[in-house]
Amino acid sequence: MSAVAATADLDALRTTAREIRKDIIRMTYAAGGGHPGGSLSVTDLVTALVFHELRLDPAHPDAPDRDRLVLSKGHAAPALYSALARRGFLPVEELLTLRKLGSRLQGHVDRNKLPVIEASTGCLGQGIGMAVGMALDQRLRKGAARVYAILGDGECQAGPTWEALMAGGHYKLDNLTVILDRNQYETDGDTEALMGIEPIAEKFRAFRYETLDIDGHDFPAILGALDTARSTKGRPTAIVARTVKGKGVSFMERTHVYHGKPPTKEEAEKALAELGGGSLTG
Amino acid sequence: MTGKSESLRDAYGVELVARGDADPELVVLDADLSGSTRTQLFGKKYPERFFNVGVMEPTMVTMAAGMALSGRTVFASTFAIFAAGQAYNMVRQSVCYNHANVKIVATHGGLLVGGDGGTHQMLEDLALMRGLPGMTVIAPSDAPTTRAAVRAITEFQGPAYVRLTRENLPVVTDGSFALGKAAELRPGSDLTLVAVGAMVARALEVAEELHKVGVEARVLDFASIKPFDEKALLKAARETGAILTLEEHSVLTGLGALVAAATSEAYPVPVRRIGVPDLFGESGDPWLLLDRYGLSKERALEEAWELLRGRGKVN
Repeated sequence: MSAVAATADLDALRTTAREIRKDIIRMTYAAGGGHPGGSLSVTDLVTALVFHELRLDPAHPDAPDRDRLVLSKGHAAPALYSALARRGFLPVEELLTLRKLGSRLQGHVDRNKLPVIEASTGCLGQGIGMAVGMALDQRLRKGAARVYAILGDGECQAGPTWEALMAGGHYKLDNLTVILDRNQYETDGDTEALMGIEPIAEKFRAFRYETLDIDGHDFPAILGALDTARSTKGRPTAIVARTVKGKGVSFMERTHVYHGKPPTKEEAEKALAELGGGSLTG
Repeated sequence: MTGKSESLRDAYGVELVARGDADPELVVLDADLSGSTRTQLFGKKYPERFFNVGVMEPTMVTMAAGMALSGRTVFASTFAIFAAGQAYNMVRQSVCYNHANVKIVATHGGLLVGGDGGTHQMLEDLALMRGLPGMTVIAPSDAPTTRAAVRAITEFQGPAYVRLTRENLPVVTDGSFALGKAAELRPGSDLTLVAVGAMVARALEVAEELHKVGVEARVLDFASIKPFDEKALLKAARETGAILTLEEHSVLTGLGALVAAATSEAYPVPVRRIGVPDLFGESGDPWLLLDRYGLSKERALEEAWELLRGRGKVN
C-alpha cells in the first residue's frame, strides 16, 4: 500500500461508492433507461477521483485551476452525476430526474445543461481528444490543473481513441491521466469475442504512456496508481483498471445484458438489498 | 468589373497571423496540410501556438474543442473533404454540441480542386455544416472577403466553418463583408443572380453579357450562408421577380435549395438552380471541370433566358 493510500480514509471511500451504486440503481430504474452495467464498473474509479484525487471546490465549480475530469465513456453518466451530487455540486434529489424531459441530467453527460461537466460526450473516441486538448492548453498557459479522462473498453475499438492517445504520447502530456474502465463487456457482449483489444496495457506502453495495470475495485491500488500518475514526468499515464461489469449487484456482474438496460422494479429492489438496503426513491 | 485574381488561401494565412498578433491566446491546428492551407505562416511566427497533428482530422477537431473549452479561440484547418467529411461527427459533437469556440477554415472546397479528382472535391460541405445548430457558415467569393470573414468569425464566441477555394479567384468585392448580409455587387431589376464562392465572379460575367442586350441582372454574393440574409433575398424576389442561383456545390442541398425553400415559403417566384448535379467530380483542369459539370457561363445564360422568357421580359 502506498503512503497516499495509507492516509486516505478508505472506509469512507468504500461507503461513498456503495451509496453511488445505490443511486445508479435508483436512477436507471426511475428513468426506465440508461447504462447500469458500465456505471457500476466505473464507480470506484469515479469515487477515487471525485472524493480524493481531483482538486475541486463545489463553492467554485469553474475555478481556473480545478482539475478536469472528462468522462469519455459518456454513457456512464449516472455514476458521475451521483458522485458530483454527493460531493455537493448538485442536489442529490435531482438524481432521479435522469433522462426526463427538462432535466439537467441528460442520458450522456452534457455541459450545456450541467456546466460542472467539463465536456459533453457520448459518441465514443471524442472525450479523450478533448481531454488531450485541455491538457495541451494547460501546458501552454503553464496551468497547474491536471486532466483525467475515463475511457471505456468498447471505446478502445474506435480509431479516433488511438489518434487522441497518440497525440497525448507525442506531446508528452504528463498532466494527462487516462483511466480505462476495463470491464470486459460492451453492448453486444465480450469485447474479446467481438473485437479484441488485448493486450491493452502493451498498446498504451507502445503509445508512450507510463502504464499501470490494476484491480479497478481496490482503493489502495487505485489511489496508488493516481499517485504514480501525478509524480510521473515527461509522459502521460494510462491506468488499465480491471473491473467487473455490473460490480456490486450479483445478477448484473460479468454480463453485457445490463450494459444499456435498466433494472425492473423487482431487480432494482433486489439490487438495493444487495448493496445494503434503501428505498427506490432514496 | 472584376479585378485580378488573388489567392483566398494566401489571404487566410496573412489574416490568421494578424488575428494571432491581436490575440495572444489564439491557437491554430492543422492536419499535415499546413503548406496548402497556409496555416504555415502562423506556425512560422508562433510555433508555440501552432499544432500540426499529422493525419488525424477527427482528433484535430476534438483537440481543438478541448482547447476552446479551456477559453481559447482555436482555428483548425485542413481540406474541406476532411474537415466536413472525415471529422463530421467530431464537428457535430465536440464542437457544435459543446458550443466550442472553434473556427474551422477548410480549403479545397468544390470542383476547383481539379487534378486530385472526385475523392477530394467536396461538394456537400455547405449543407452538412449549415445543418448543425449554432454553426456559422461562410464561403467567401474572393480574397478581400476571405480576410474580412476571418476577422468576423473571431468577433463572436462559437463555432464557424469557412470554405475556401484552392484556385485564385478574381477580386469582386471591396472586402466589406458582414456576417448575415448579402452583398449587392451589381444593381438590376430584371432578374437576380444569387451566387456563392467561385461562382460569384461567373455571375458577374453573366450579368455583363445580359447587360449588353439590355437586361439588367442584380448580383448578390451570399458568402454568409448561415446566418442567411433572407431579407435581401426576398427583396430581390419582390423587385426582380425571378432568381437564378449559382454554386460550386451539390445542387441537391446547397444555396439553390436554400433559396428555393426560403422564397417558396415567403414570396414564391421562379427559381432556377445552377450547381453540381447528383454526381461526384473527377480529375481535370479546374475551370474545364466547371463547364463539364454544368457550371459554365453559357449554361447560366441559357437558364437566365429561360427565366426571362417565363417572366415575359423577352420573347
